[in-house]
Amino acid sequence: MIRIDNLTKDYGSFRALNSINFKIEDGEILGFLGPNGAGKTTTMQIMTSYLAPTDGNVIVDDLNIIENPQEIKKQIGYLPEHNPLYEDMTAYDFLEFVSQLRNIDSNSIKKRIEEVVELCGLSDVVHRKIGVLSKGYQQRVGLGQSIIHDPNILILDEPTSGLDPNQIAEIRELIKRLGQKKTVMISSHILQEIKATAERMVIIDEGEISADGTMDELMDKFQGATILDLEIAEADSNDIKSIESLHDDVNITDLDNEGENIKVSLEYPQEVDLRSEVFQYAGDKGWQILEMSRSETSLEDVFRQLTVEKGGTNDNE
Amino acid sequence: MTTNSNLSNMFLIFKKELSSFFNRAVAYITLLVFLLLAGWFSMNTFFLSNQSNLRQLFNVIPIIYLAFVPAITMNLIAKEKNEGTLEFLTTMPLRDADIVIGKFLSSVALIGIALLFTFPQFITVLTIGNNVDVGALVCGYIGLLLMGSAYAAIGVFASTITDNQIVAFIIGFLIISFFFILDKILMFVPGFLSGILQYMSSGYHLEGISRGVIDSRNIIYFASIITFFLLLSIRVLEIRKWR
Repeated sequence: MIRIDNLTKDYGSFRALNSINFKIEDGEILGFLGPNGAGKTTTMQIMTSYLAPTDGNVIVDDLNIIENPQEIKKQIGYLPEHNPLYEDMTAYDFLEFVSQLRNIDSNSIKKRIEEVVELCGLSDVVHRKIGVLSKGYQQRVGLGQSIIHDPNILILDEPTSGLDPNQIAEIRELIKRLGQKKTVMISSHILQEIKATAERMVIIDEGEISADGTMDELMDKFQGATILDLEIAEADSNDIKSIESLHDDVNITDLDNEGENIKVSLEYPQEVDLRSEVFQYAGDKGWQILEMSRSETSLEDVFRQLTVEKGGTNDNE
Repeated sequence: MTTNSNLSNMFLIFKKELSSFFNRAVAYITLLVFLLLAGWFSMNTFFLSNQSNLRQLFNVIPIIYLAFVPAITMNLIAKEKNEGTLEFLTTMPLRDADIVIGKFLSSVALIGIALLFTFPQFITVLTIGNNVDVGALVCGYIGLLLMGSAYAAIGVFASTITDNQIVAFIIGFLIISFFFILDKILMFVPGFLSGILQYMSSGYHLEGISRGVIDSRNIIYFASIITFFLLLSIRVLEIRKWR
């Protein structure tokens, strides 16, 4: 098990991580989701000893990253965000170099490289220089590098960024296959990405954890809301707020009275249905409902709520 | 899994650097320029001076070093920083010291290879000279290798503090020039300083060795410069973790 324990990282006066905590169980695929600049890469760089934490620790079983960085590095396979590779080496030479750095027994290096080349679909390009390979193949070389020593833990930072849809599907498939036997942590700023590969996710924003759970748990926790969008004519915009008196848990999340008609969005818990009450209420007030549509908040909305809106950059404010 | 010894880690870095050096055309050009300059400036006056030694060669190589050593060390770490591969390398089960020392040793090997290719001069003196002091010649080469190693440590340090190879070259050149020039400006400094400056200069210690006597003071001098700049490089590399 990996435990991120009160991890804090300052870059000068900027706090990139603010005392974050979460766990990764053995054998699970964890999605690490957050907008750009949220602290995903920083967290991963600390876990792999590229950076040192300002405070807190990363605990892997009974080892920790401050006292036992070399031992932990041996257990981890890491694909950094921009997938740095030695472009003047051939894919084979590079994998051989990594095998030696990873201290794989020299008699089994050849066999192991063959396995990885097979697994990552590199057989056509293995003797070409990395610099001339397409981005998709380079990404596979990066993945191959990260799994060559058959690590227990795989840390992949944005593994599909910059790839075309076919390549993305292939890499996802590969990650899922690897995830059957390993603990995998995969970061992305795209929810779809995490949904497609991970079982559980941790959402990070501005250096703080804003959600942690399985897909279903997060849906239950955050998605329990119905959105009712209304377009109303003949209504007084000052009076429209009185609609909140219909139910204890009704909130007006959006109100647009710029145009001829008033557009308003209501949010209330999923278990209640207020459509007929709203219609009745409008009739009593003499408003004319031109449009009424119901929707549910999606995981996308949850993600946006947890990240963008908290930063105050949405247009509701 | 057994633990990699530091030596084998260093050797892997050493091997990788050497093979990547000889993969680049510019590497051969650098070596060629070194040999052309060394050959031209030493053999030009060789027959005129009519002496059975390689004094001219041993005088000119330290000057060529000023540009040659930073040229072969400038990319060692700056390039890894610039291309992001340092993140790959430092997250391997390696110590920062393995990286720095492995790279340093690869540049020492290159300097050694460059010196080896001056063997035509060496053989010429042996075959046509009279009363050749072979011991002094061998000591001269050892001195040149030591001096080159000290300069290489400086070059590695320069390459560690920037991600720009040109900047690394210029910084390396400036620091190496400082140690080179100290004993050439003695007449311009007050007397109480001249002793210190002379002792700090690399030329003074090279001269000591090339006279044919390997004095521990000279060895200690070069070893100190190497140790100092390599330790500094390792520290600088570690600073990335705390920036």
